[in-house]
Amino acid sequence: MNTMISNGYLENLIRSWQKPAAASLSWFDQLRANAMDNVNTLRMPTTHDEEWRFTDISPLSRLPYPAAYAAPQLQSSDIKHCYLAEAICRLVFVDGQYAPDLSNISNNAGAIIGNLSSLVAAHGDTIARYLGQLAEFQNDVFTALNTAFLHDSACIIIPQNVSVTTPIHLLFITTQKEITSYPRCLLIAESGSNATVVEDYVTTEEAAYVTNSVVEMNLADTAHVSHIRIQRDNQQAFHIGNCTVSLAQASQYYSVSITLGAYISRYNLNVTLAGEGAECTTDGLVLISGRQLADTHTFIDHVKPHGKSRQLHKCIVDGMAHGVFNGKIMVRPHAQLTDSSQLSRNLLLTNKARIDTKPQLEIFTDDVKCAHGATVGQLDKEEIFYLKSRGLSDLTARNLLTYAFGGEVIDRISISSLKRELEEIVLARTQIS
Amino acid sequence: MIDQNSKTLLEVRGLHANVSGIEILKGVDLTVRSGEIHAIMGINGSGKSTFAKILAGHPAYEVTAGTIIFNDRNLFDLDPEERARAGVFLAFQYPIEIPGVANNQFLRLAYNTVQSQRGKEELDPLEFDDFVREKMKLLEMSPDFLDRSVNEGFSGGEKKRNEILQMALLEPKLAILDETDSGLDIDALRIVANGVNQLTNKDNATILVTHYQRLLDYIVPDYVHVMESGRIIKTSGKELAKELEAHGYDWINADDGCSTTGVRA
Repeated sequence: MNTMISNGYLENLIRSWQKPAAASLSWFDQLRANAMDNVNTLRMPTTHDEEWRFTDISPLSRLPYPAAYAAPQLQSSDIKHCYLAEAICRLVFVDGQYAPDLSNISNNAGAIIGNLSSLVAAHGDTIARYLGQLAEFQNDVFTALNTAFLHDSACIIIPQNVSVTTPIHLLFITTQKEITSYPRCLLIAESGSNATVVEDYVTTEEAAYVTNSVVEMNLADTAHVSHIRIQRDNQQAFHIGNCTVSLAQASQYYSVSITLGAYISRYNLNVTLAGEGAECTTDGLVLISGRQLADTHTFIDHVKPHGKSRQLHKCIVDGMAHGVFNGKIMVRPHAQLTDSSQLSRNLLLTNKARIDTKPQLEIFTDDVKCAHGATVGQLDKEEIFYLKSRGLSDLTARNLLTYAFGGEVIDRISISSLKRELEEIVLARTQIS
Repeated sequence: MIDQNSKTLLEVRGLHANVSGIEILKGVDLTVRSGEIHAIMGINGSGKSTFAKILAGHPAYEVTAGTIIFNDRNLFDLDPEERARAGVFLAFQYPIEIPGVANNQFLRLAYNTVQSQRGKEELDPLEFDDFVREKMKLLEMSPDFLDRSVNEGFSGGEKKRNEILQMALLEPKLAILDETDSGLDIDALRIVANGVNQLTNKDNATILVTHYQRLLDYIVPDYVHVMESGRIIKTSGKELAKELEAHGYDWINADDGCSTTGVRA
């Protein structure tokens, strides 16, 4: 039964796909065509697939929403509240379409920032080297679909030794119901470069839609990238996000992912420490309620020696919501002196809330330091007593601790306006009066 | 300072208490008047920390018999937060770390809660910032501690100073310092003790729970009590602490024990 629905879903999407004209079969169209060929060989995952055991996406299969090929004109005033005060540089995509009038790329601080179509003429070779090469679409139907339906992308190239001190804001806005948007982002950080990117999903729509996003980041030697991802789709939406990061020697990737929205969401973060001495921090906060389901799968792959990875993933689950975390850490042969730690901490606010957490360590070398842990529970009694012994009421103490549970991750965001905004959201969502 | 005419702040009679079904306190009697400093000494497991936590209302301890009157009120009628607002303060032996809550936010919340209870004015963040910085000078604390999460990554000494800072802000009537000296180097001990000394006055009282005499060189008690097996077995003046330091706790048991009765603080 499931399979039938799944096939129907894909068939509908495949039918809606427009084959590139034979004459224009550039590398880009070839990439899309290859991805579509892959879609034809894949099927929708079900809960029988190990990687989707806890996340039943069959409701999505009933909604083969077409890709949005046109977006309504938005005025800057409509979305100004979504802008980040610190971000001078901003790329806005509406329903997957680049919106130049809402974007601001004039203050690029030496970086090359724009949409794919406008950059491909001057930087085609560089883009072709990475686009679709990091995010493998051979085995993942959603990445394959995103690549097949790829027609534009956010592109950021940080040249060698260039530091972009202000954050680059990628704002993906959904404005139409019953569509699928395929946001895409490619970031190429050349050696010694430094940048902060905010990947932000927002909506003006209240009914269901589908977001299927793919982000690829390549960090060359000693590059530093800070990546903040915020998913605040509406409570009816479906959100599938894939992010693949490749780290060369002594490069550093620092990410914080905040999941607040969507009826069903899945975020796959794959980081490969491909060069010696690479470091990554991949923190996450999931804050869900009602009947939301949020699934985070991370894969930290230590390939070379002296790699370091740190991960703190937290879920606050209210109502009848369901949080899923699968954190795989691989230490391959020869990745000696890897130093890795992972902590999954989960807070259940009701007895109908649910968490499935699975740390997964696969270590194929001997001289490594790997620590991991997972906790699921309610608020700590000693912490409550400590606050009450200072005069705080039981309710105030509980509210403060629930907020703090999320606040620990929010604290790691370096952009103060965004931090304040998220603090207010967490505060509003965690307080009982 | 002992003044037999001053008000009785705390009156503990025949206190028995269990934790996880095991009896820890087996009949504790103690009277504390305002203006007094009491030291409760004893070996590990004698029940002194349990006694401190019961005064603050820790939910893990079950009182099975006895009474505690605090400032004319039955202490058992009060929840932990009500005790705090009424003027009971426990400086924790192991202060809790609360990642994600800024210390200044926590301190202001506690301060304003107690202030409003006392019918006094609450302070907004700016006013409070000035106020707390003054208090921090007393404990030689850097203002950096305001922006950090509560106790997170603080050293042992920094945590204890943060406890005494809370005492300075909340101005309790009865402060119970549970092993505040443990884990402190000599400089930190001097700073903490100096802070406590500046906070004690004729209208409040302090109970020092400690294993070692060291702290009592800096905060001089009016009474020293020795606790053993859940009871106070000996009470005397400050010189008792010196004798304990010189002879060890076994010395009390070797003694004829006649001083365990008759003297009541």
